[in-house]
Amino acid sequence: MSNLSLIVVLLVLLALGYQLGMSRSRKVATVNSDLRMHSRPHHYGMMVGLWAVLPAFFILLLWLWLSPAVINAMMVAQLPAEVTALSDEQLRVVSQRISNLASNFGVVADAEAWELSAAEHLRQLKANSAIVLTALMAVIAAIGMLLSLQKITPRLKARHQVERVVKALLVLCSTVAILTTIGIVLSMVGETLKFFSYIPPTEFFFGTTWNPRFSTVGVGEQGDFGLVPLLAGTTLIAGIAMFVAIPLGLMVAVYLAEYAPVKLRNTAKPMIEVLAGIPTIVYGFFALVTVGPFLRDLGHAVGLDINATSALTAGVVMGIMIIPFISSLSDDIITQVPKSMRDGSLGLGATKSETILKVVLPAALPGIVGAILLAVSRAIGETMIVVLAAGNSPALTANPFEAVSTVTVTIVNQLTGDNDFSSPQSLVAFALGLTLFVITLLLNVMALVIVRKYREQYE
Amino acid sequence: MSNSAPVKISAKDVKVFYGDNEALHGISMDVYQNEVISFIGPSGCGKSTFLRCMNRMNDTIEHCRVTGSITLDGRDIHEPSLDVVQLRAQVGMVFQKPNPFPKSIYENIAYGPKLHGLAERKADLDDIVESSLRRAGLWNEVKDRLDQPGTGLSGGQQQRLCIARSIAVSPEVILMDEPCSALDPIATSIIEELIDELKQNFTIVIVTHNMQQAARVSDRTAFFHLGNLIEIGNTNDLFTNPQQKRTEDYITGRYG
Amino acid sequence: MTIIAENPIKPVAAPSHVQQKVIASLNKRHRKEKLFRSLGLGAVLISLGLVAVLFINIFSKGLPAFWQSAVTLDIYFDPAIIKIPPKPVQQADESDNDFRQRDLSWQTEVGFINFNRLITDSLQKVLPDASKHRRDLTRMVTSGERFALRDMVVADPAIIGQTRTLHLLTDANIDVWLKGNIDRSLPDAQQQLSPKLREWADKLKAEGIIQNRFSLALFMNPDSRSSLASAGLAGAFMGSFYMMLVVILLAVPMGVAAAIYLEEFAPRNKLTDLVEVNINNLAAVPSIVFGLLGASVLIGWFNLPMSAPIVGGLVLSLMTLPTVIIATRSTLKAIPPSIRQAALGLGASKMQSIFHHVLPLAIPGILTGAILGVAQALGETAPLLLIGMKSFVASVPASPFEQASALPVQIYLWQGNELRNFFEARTSAAIIVLLLMMIGLNGLAIWLRKKYEKRW
Repeated sequence: MSNLSLIVVLLVLLALGYQLGMSRSRKVATVNSDLRMHSRPHHYGMMVGLWAVLPAFFILLLWLWLSPAVINAMMVAQLPAEVTALSDEQLRVVSQRISNLASNFGVVADAEAWELSAAEHLRQLKANSAIVLTALMAVIAAIGMLLSLQKITPRLKARHQVERVVKALLVLCSTVAILTTIGIVLSMVGETLKFFSYIPPTEFFFGTTWNPRFSTVGVGEQGDFGLVPLLAGTTLIAGIAMFVAIPLGLMVAVYLAEYAPVKLRNTAKPMIEVLAGIPTIVYGFFALVTVGPFLRDLGHAVGLDINATSALTAGVVMGIMIIPFISSLSDDIITQVPKSMRDGSLGLGATKSETILKVVLPAALPGIVGAILLAVSRAIGETMIVVLAAGNSPALTANPFEAVSTVTVTIVNQLTGDNDFSSPQSLVAFALGLTLFVITLLLNVMALVIVRKYREQYE
Repeated sequence: MSNSAPVKISAKDVKVFYGDNEALHGISMDVYQNEVISFIGPSGCGKSTFLRCMNRMNDTIEHCRVTGSITLDGRDIHEPSLDVVQLRAQVGMVFQKPNPFPKSIYENIAYGPKLHGLAERKADLDDIVESSLRRAGLWNEVKDRLDQPGTGLSGGQQQRLCIARSIAVSPEVILMDEPCSALDPIATSIIEELIDELKQNFTIVIVTHNMQQAARVSDRTAFFHLGNLIEIGNTNDLFTNPQQKRTEDYITGRYG
Repeated sequence: MTIIAENPIKPVAAPSHVQQKVIASLNKRHRKEKLFRSLGLGAVLISLGLVAVLFINIFSKGLPAFWQSAVTLDIYFDPAIIKIPPKPVQQADESDNDFRQRDLSWQTEVGFINFNRLITDSLQKVLPDASKHRRDLTRMVTSGERFALRDMVVADPAIIGQTRTLHLLTDANIDVWLKGNIDRSLPDAQQQLSPKLREWADKLKAEGIIQNRFSLALFMNPDSRSSLASAGLAGAFMGSFYMMLVVILLAVPMGVAAAIYLEEFAPRNKLTDLVEVNINNLAAVPSIVFGLLGASVLIGWFNLPMSAPIVGGLVLSLMTLPTVIIATRSTLKAIPPSIRQAALGLGASKMQSIFHHVLPLAIPGILTGAILGVAQALGETAPLLLIGMKSFVASVPASPFEQASALPVQIYLWQGNELRNFFEARTSAAIIVLLLMMIGLNGLAIWLRKKYEKRW
């Protein structure tokens, strides 16, 4: 049976166990009418259902995890002696060919006789494996169901058992977030170390030229993997974005929080936040077809040479994207500054703007800095806008009117090209990703700590 | 207390509305120059609301509307030519909860004078800061740590800092909205002594829920109840011989 | 009773020294106040203006692309051209498999027929000078339409010998020419179309034979590279649909479960603190990093297929998980403890109090968070590029395990198409579709929040 149908069967078993457990517990209750049942019938039902399904499910998982390796080993053991004598690497290629043959995929060149027989063997082994698995699961499920049905007595704490399982499930789900982080770190560190076995870290971190050749050129001719121009491009674009977003976002927040009548606030705020929900690919397209040409023509009109795809284009559009991010975070923070602060200043005869500039904003400063750090982290990690609008030219320049490249663009380029996955040209994407991850992590942690401290101050 | 002092603030039929809800039902009273007058009454009686009318702090509350007239030195404070900024420089305010700015002690005091351009040179500003702190009785406690944050002071010190802060702009009237309600008894008594000294130079209106405090610090006392001014008179008379039944019930502790 | 004093009112005196200084400062300060205030209003107006510019720009570019030039022709299904044996019928003694084989080979045979001839023959009737420009004639209608004719024959062979009036999409370049998306004054060498085709297009348009018709192709067809005019979003839409399905089935329940544990059960200690910090950080990790995770773990280690919606869905689920957790936690936090205590007081277990009492109250908030998470996932592009979804897929995926594109990726691919004049509008149209979906999702979230908003 296929894995999917096995899971369907398990679900049916769950329902069956539930019904059986319920009716059994009702029967037990009528027989022992002098004793109160510890739990409600549906708890017994759940318990039986879980006993029937969970152990079988673990068997399934275990099988799925282990069986491919075992089957492969069994298949390899049957191969002709001269084939098994090959190196591990070559053997893996052979196994891949055979498994492709077995699943009727095409293979390069005609299959040899021993390959075909091995493929047939493999198919047989897989079929057997499925049969054994199905049988094993059936037995385990039956044992689990019968045993747990037997155990139903008035004193059995079925609810506790069920709740323990549910709680374990909840815990499992909350570890996924941690596992994701660990997965990110481990996978990227692993691939990065592989990359550093080709290119020394110093060349990567301090190199000022980015010019990876194609992996086909061969080892020794790998080109230059200098991070510096990419970081410079990233910084330049993020800087321009902040230059646009911070003043606009802050002033929007100040106006909406302090001046705007309630009606305007209630309409303008969600409308500006619409900007935050627009997918970044849309911004990228907007930058490419509208903002870029507009800036180029504008530059032309005043005698500046501005590339249509440049750090400026990408930065300006990214700034627009970040306005609502800064404005809504800052708005929250500004409204948290207690009214007594404002009263104290107004009571001394300060005007509203004096109060805002000299009392409210300084008081809100830590929170606003936190918000800005989060915004910077977002700008650095932003991909699609820069892929489309930054010009993709990894030159070391501080001129915003020129095309640049960034860390994120380069990750996309290196992993979506036709490079071999284990070549330094592909692996460098993970080194770049790890760098990006670490930078944004630092910014985020700093921002979160600052904002949290700020919140506590006024709570 | 001589009752011949000139009238500093005069209120005529002052009503305050929060939306459609009338919170003050037509208050009329005079405040004399250089007196200390207390407003007492149970909470929610409108005494703080009335106090905040006197420097138009109610302007900062949305949907709040004030009718009737209030004059300062005979000039209507709602008249368009009178600037609310100027009014608040003339009529200072100290709030219920000490609210020093998150700045240094020095900057807290210097804030008002800087806004209003009261000091041309740094030395002038230093003088204002020192004299304000001295008059608030805080100088000796803080003179060595003027650059430290005002929020680091104790509650009583913070409140005196706030008083010093409002003195620094040389107002003519100081409004105090339950200035001691957040303070311990010792800090309270220091503030009360301070009020006694300040009345040499300032007209002081103080809202308090503490009748003993009103009796101790004020020349005259006004009793508010449910948005009405019930009775106003010399503090001694009001406490010993109230004219109104409700006043008597309140000061003898029947309600409130 | 009010006592009005008889004391004299102090006359309006000349302002004191201090007051004079205050008054002197007023003008300048009020000017600054006004300036600051207008700066604020200006910032709000600029931001709103940017929203407007963005939307007007995209919509004005994209809306025309929903209507496409189509030529209305009487197609004669000429038996002289369509020479095929009759459509096979399943015999009584024939197995299903054999019949399918036979049917397929028949369809293949139909595929060999030159359906373009049907189109060009029909065009010749409306274009008198056509016979002299046969090369141009074949370029009038987009190449994909011949498959439409083939499908009609396959579906109903009785059509052979009949004449049908059909609306066939013109070539993309003709659409560009007729919509004025290319400069008509450009010299021949820079025009995409031959002079004759341009002349024909204008003539047919003037005669009403070519008209702008609502483009079903945009919605019904998958992407195409050979017949650009019939490139559509159906494949990308299904790809996105499968991915959202995975996100809804994985990220939402897992996120809610995790939030319930962290908010209701987890002890407050260093470890849960770490989990909390970790989740907040994960929410701010750049999306492209999740793409790297997918590329190296899901594709590299688990050998899942490249470009498949299942992988995209998994990556997006991991990315959305923190959003769902954070939204659910804040909803749970807002439910007053009194409700839990009431349930516990009646003898419910903690688990029962949460699943029977707290969770039902939290459902609107959880749904809102989940919808916003799905909307965010729907618009995400970068991680999908890294797991191979950048490749061109010319079919509608039938399952989450097949190669597919996704709406935002389709936008990315189309904006890069060489035929800029045609695809700039079509990309904008695709963006409009995506934006409308996002607005729909966000509107749903806002509606839910408004409808069930409760203040405790």
